[in-house]
Amino acid sequence: MNLCVSQLCAWYEKKDREKPIIYDVNFSLSKGDLCALVGVNGAGKSTLFKALMDTIAWEGSLTWGKQPLSQARKQGKVAYVPQTEAIDSTFPLLVKDVVMQGRYVHQGWMRIPSAQDKELVAQALERVNLADLADRPLAQLSGGQRKRVFVARGIAQAAELMFLDEPFAGVDARSEAIITGQLNDLSKEGKTLLVSIHDINLAQEKFPLCLVINKTITAQGPSKEILSGDALLQNLGISEDTHIEEVLHA
Amino acid sequence: MPEVDILQYAFMQRALITGIATAIVCGLLSCWITHMGWSLMGDAISHSILPGVVIAHLLGLPYLVGALVFALITVVLVGQVKKSQIVRPDTAIGIVFTTFFALGTVLISKVPSQINLSHILFGNLLGVTTPDMLQVLCIGLPIAILLILKNKDLTLLSFDPTQVQAIGLSTKTLTSFLLVALALAIVISLQAVGVILSVSLLIVPGACARLLTNQMRHMLWISPLIATVSVLIGITGSYYLDASSGGMIGLTLGVVFCIIFILKSLPKLTFRHILDKN
Repeated sequence: MNLCVSQLCAWYEKKDREKPIIYDVNFSLSKGDLCALVGVNGAGKSTLFKALMDTIAWEGSLTWGKQPLSQARKQGKVAYVPQTEAIDSTFPLLVKDVVMQGRYVHQGWMRIPSAQDKELVAQALERVNLADLADRPLAQLSGGQRKRVFVARGIAQAAELMFLDEPFAGVDARSEAIITGQLNDLSKEGKTLLVSIHDINLAQEKFPLCLVINKTITAQGPSKEILSGDALLQNLGISEDTHIEEVLHA
Repeated sequence: MPEVDILQYAFMQRALITGIATAIVCGLLSCWITHMGWSLMGDAISHSILPGVVIAHLLGLPYLVGALVFALITVVLVGQVKKSQIVRPDTAIGIVFTTFFALGTVLISKVPSQINLSHILFGNLLGVTTPDMLQVLCIGLPIAILLILKNKDLTLLSFDPTQVQAIGLSTKTLTSFLLVALALAIVISLQAVGVILSVSLLIVPGACARLLTNQMRHMLWISPLIATVSVLIGITGSYYLDASSGGMIGLTLGVVFCIIFILKSLPKLTFRHILDKN
């Protein structure tokens, strides 16, 4: 089973055709791949996810195995873990309610949870060490714990393909360790994962594969080679005299 | 008990039925409107239906028809002006609704009719006719049922629209459904509170419920309950004080919010505390 992205172009609005945010994006990921998506701010990481989720105008071909990605989404095969900064953290939901949202796609149209749904939610919370906070309002959690809630929602969905948008931005060391551990386990279970990430060191250490994006995919392959090679600055679209960490952490 | 006495009047029974139906629909919607940031949109739709009411009256149609047509025109127009990105979204809303409201005012002043402007602007719950009441029930009941059936999807839409897309649902369809429900709720609230105050029934109950609980599923019964109680108090007050029914309802809602706000500010005495414990 492959994720295959070819000839992908994306715009904020269809009328901005001359100015695509990302263009001619081509890559593919296989079952069990754990891949980091690396790029500077504004390079198009989030835009790529938006195109994959069909929330902006795009053109090209997106497939999961033999079916279009849109069809795979309808069948619950694609999970998305959002940037939590984009979410209203004071929204009146309990932790377990948020994780249950991952099960909606497998439920009837009134979204009534079965015993199995509840069990999967409990297991997902267990995996990210949040079982004891299941009945807490989302608003009472720390930033790192909130990230883990959304990772748990992705796990509960039991998708084959997972997209995670900056799951490590602003999280504490403990949450980072729990999330990287889970991503590894999910990869071993045969899930395909694409994770946008701004920390080059973390990408090198914890992710076997990486994609470098700068409006288009400029490099792809094993993280250890790609992210330490001489061509990295050029691939990221940074001039030689800039310190790399400065740009990535900006 | 004076309430028993006033219930003997047919007009009072109609007022209560219409008021409660409106309160339940608006109270339910309020839970999402407050989280979607649609307060101004609600205000816009309610003001924009004024010309629709006048035109319907001229054509001899039920006023709900005209109101509904203008409510939907407003939703579409605001969407188009916003989409153009030439002006800010709040500016787009402001331009559309003030223009329609102005048109309605001009129409009322120039067209000879028996329309009572103050009844449209501030509601006239005690003067509801049987056909009016039936129209409100026919529109209100299906919306309330649909909102309850789809409550989890609507909550997901207002919480995390990308997840809606991720699981293959359409944010556009769900947003349109919520907008049409909002337009219909405003149209039926015309009798109870009028165009100016309909937004109070759409915002205050949800805001009160949010103060009392941290869970959407509790908001979904607390908010309609607060709306219903406020409407009942408002109607009763309106009858005994011979005051505007819309005004009394809006005022009651405001007072209820103040009481909850003050109670919530007192430590360890909050309802939220008790609810969350259970």
